[in-house]
Amino acid sequence: MEAGRGVRLPLAWLVVLPFFLYAFAFMFLPAGKVLFGAFQDADGGFTLANLEEITNEPYRTSFKTSIEVSLVTALLGGALGFLIAYSTIRDGTPRWIRSAFTTFSGVAANFAGIPLAAAFIATAGTIGIVTQFLAGHGYNPYEHGFTLFSKTGVELVYLYFQIPLMILVIAPAIDGLKQEWREAAANLGATPRQFWRHVGLPVLTPSLLGAVVLLFGNSFAAYATAYALTGGSVPLVPITIGFYLSGDVLSNPHLSHALALGMFVVLAVMMAIYVPLQRISSRWVK
Amino acid sequence: MGQQWDVDDILDRALQEEDPQRMDAVIARLVGEETMSRAAMLRRSAAAGIGLTILASPTAAFARSLGAAAAAPPQRGASIGFATILKEAKREKKINTIALPPDWANYGEIMSTFKKRFGLGLTNDNPDGSSAQENQAVRSLKGDARAPDVLDVGPSFAIAGANEGLYAKYYNRYWGSVPRAMKDGRGFWLADYWGVISFGINRAVVSTIPRSWDDLLKPEYKNKVALNGSPLTSGSAVAGVFSASIGNGGSLNDVGPGIDFFKRLKDAGNFIPVQATPQTIASGQTPIVIDWDYLNLAYVKAYPSARIAVSIPSDGVYGAHYCQAINATGPHPWAARLWQEFLYSDAGQLLWLKGYSHPARFTDMSKRKVIPGALVKALPSPTAYAKVKFATPGQLSRAGAKIAAEWPAKVGS
Repeated sequence: MEAGRGVRLPLAWLVVLPFFLYAFAFMFLPAGKVLFGAFQDADGGFTLANLEEITNEPYRTSFKTSIEVSLVTALLGGALGFLIAYSTIRDGTPRWIRSAFTTFSGVAANFAGIPLAAAFIATAGTIGIVTQFLAGHGYNPYEHGFTLFSKTGVELVYLYFQIPLMILVIAPAIDGLKQEWREAAANLGATPRQFWRHVGLPVLTPSLLGAVVLLFGNSFAAYATAYALTGGSVPLVPITIGFYLSGDVLSNPHLSHALALGMFVVLAVMMAIYVPLQRISSRWVK
Repeated sequence: MGQQWDVDDILDRALQEEDPQRMDAVIARLVGEETMSRAAMLRRSAAAGIGLTILASPTAAFARSLGAAAAAPPQRGASIGFATILKEAKREKKINTIALPPDWANYGEIMSTFKKRFGLGLTNDNPDGSSAQENQAVRSLKGDARAPDVLDVGPSFAIAGANEGLYAKYYNRYWGSVPRAMKDGRGFWLADYWGVISFGINRAVVSTIPRSWDDLLKPEYKNKVALNGSPLTSGSAVAGVFSASIGNGGSLNDVGPGIDFFKRLKDAGNFIPVQATPQTIASGQTPIVIDWDYLNLAYVKAYPSARIAVSIPSDGVYGAHYCQAINATGPHPWAARLWQEFLYSDAGQLLWLKGYSHPARFTDMSKRKVIPGALVKALPSPTAYAKVKFATPGQLSRAGAKIAAEWPAKVGS
C-alpha cells in the first residue's frame, strides 16, 4: 500500500511536467523579460524613464484608443452574441439552427488577422463589392463620412470575431438555464421580463461577465487585423509596440517592454474589477 | 551606328568569365560597341584578343603565388585573389541571406544568378522582414548555422549595427569607387543602391497623372492616395514624408511641412491609410502609391493590365540608399565576401540597375561609359533625379522622432 502511494505521486507530476515547462518557456519567461526590460535603459541600467514616457502623449492616445475599441467590441459583441446564442438555443427554435451557428462560430471566431482585413477591404473598402453595389444605387457610404479605415472600421471588423466567440463561450451557460425554472416562474405568474430580472440574468451574470472580460482581452491584444486594415494609422497599443520593436524607422525595445507592461496593468485592472463582481454575482449560483 | 546588345546577352556573356575583372572587361567592351562605328569595332576586337590575355596573367599568377588559402578572410578584398575567395566560398557550400524580397530591386535575379554562377546554395530567410528584424537575427542566431551572412538594412540600422559590433569590416575591391557619403568610414557597411520617392499610378483607374505634390490634393484623387505602410514603421513611408516636406517648404532638417501635407491630404479625403502593395495598385484599391521608384517601375512590367505609370514629383525629390553589411559572426564568411565582390562588380551593379534602382557605383560606371543604353532608357530622365536630396542619419533620427510624436495625432485616426 505504502509503496503503491509512493509510486503514484511522482508519476502524476511527471505527466504534468511538460505542460509546466511549456508554460514556463512561453509564458513566464517572456513575461519576465518584458517585466525586467521595462525598467532597463539602452545600456542595461535601471531606469523609470520608460514608464514615465508611456504616460506621455502619443502613447496615452494609443492606450485610450485601445481600451475604447476593446470595451466597445466586448460590450457590443457580448450583447449581440448573447442575444444570438439565446435565440438559437431556446425552445422553439429548430435544432439544426443551433448546430449551424455553433459550427460557423467555431470558424469565424478564429478568422482574424490579415485574411479578415483583406476580406473586409474587398467587401466594404473604397472599391469593395458592397460599396460599389450601394454606390450603384445612389448611396456611396464613403461620400457620407463612412470609412472602413478608421477606429469605427476597426471596431466593425473586430465584431466579426467577437460575436462568434461570445456565442461559443456563452452557449454552455445558457444551456445551464433550466427550462424548468422558466416553467416554474410562469406557473407562479411571472412575466418574461420578471423572470429575466429575478432568475435568468442573475444566474447568467457570472458567465456573462467572464465572457465579456475574455472578449476585452481578445480585442485588446489583437494586432494583425488592425495593422493590415489601417496600415498602422489607428493608434493601438500592440501596433505601437510593433513600431518600436520590429519596424524600419524607430527602434526602442525597452519602450516596447514598458508599453507591454502597461497592457498587463490594464488587464490587471480589468481583473480587479471583474473578480469582486464575479463573487457578488455568484451568490445565486452556489 | 554600333552594335546594340540586349542587356541579358551582355550579362550572360560577362558572367561566363572567371572573375569580376574579366566580367567588367567584357561589359565595357560590349557596351562600348553600342556607340562604335564598324571599322572601329573590327580594330578593337583585334586588339582585345591580345589585351585580355595580358590582363589574365597577373591575376592568375598572383593567386597561385599565395599558396595555401588563409583561414580567416582578409579585411581588404583586393589583397587576395578572386580565385581564392571563390575557392574558400565553394568550400562553405552556401550563403544565408535575409529579408530580400525577390521583386525588390531585382533581388530575385541577383540571388538566382549568384547561385548559378558560383555554384553555391542560397537560403533567403524572412523575405518581407524589416531592418530591425535583420539586426535582431544577427543577435539571436549568433553561432547558429542559420544566421544571416549578409544584410541589406536601412542606414540608421546600419549605423546602429556597426556601433554594436554586429558587422565585420570589409573593403571589397570596388570600395574606392563608391561615393564617400555612401559608405562607413570604418568599413562596416556601404550603400548598395538608392532610389527616390515617386508616384506609381494605375492608369486604368486614374486618367490624369499627378506630377507634383500639389497635384495630389486635387479633388479628382479622392480616396486614391496611399503610402507603403505607416511612416512610424516603414522606411519608404518616412521617405514619402521627407519628399512631401521638401516639396512644401520644409527641408531635410524639418519634416513638419511633410506631416502637415499629409494632414491636408487626409482632410481632403484623398489619403487612404491602407498599406499599399503591388496587388492593391493593380486592383485599383490604392491607385496612386507613394513609394520607391525602383519598386513602382518594377510593377509596370509585372502588371500590364493596370498600365502603371511612374512619375517623380517635380517639387520635391528625396532619395535614400540601403546599406550592405557582413555579419561578423556569420557561418559562411568567405561566401559573404564573395557576395559583396560579385554585387559591387559592374555585372552585379548592372543587375541592380536592371531592377530600376541606382547602384552605388552608378556615377563611376556612367563616367566609364559601361552602362548599356537600354538600361539608361528604362529609367526616368536624369533631369528628374538631378535635384535629389539625401538625409544624413542625424536628420533621419530627428525626423523619426518628430513623426512618432506628431503623426498619430495629426494623420492617424
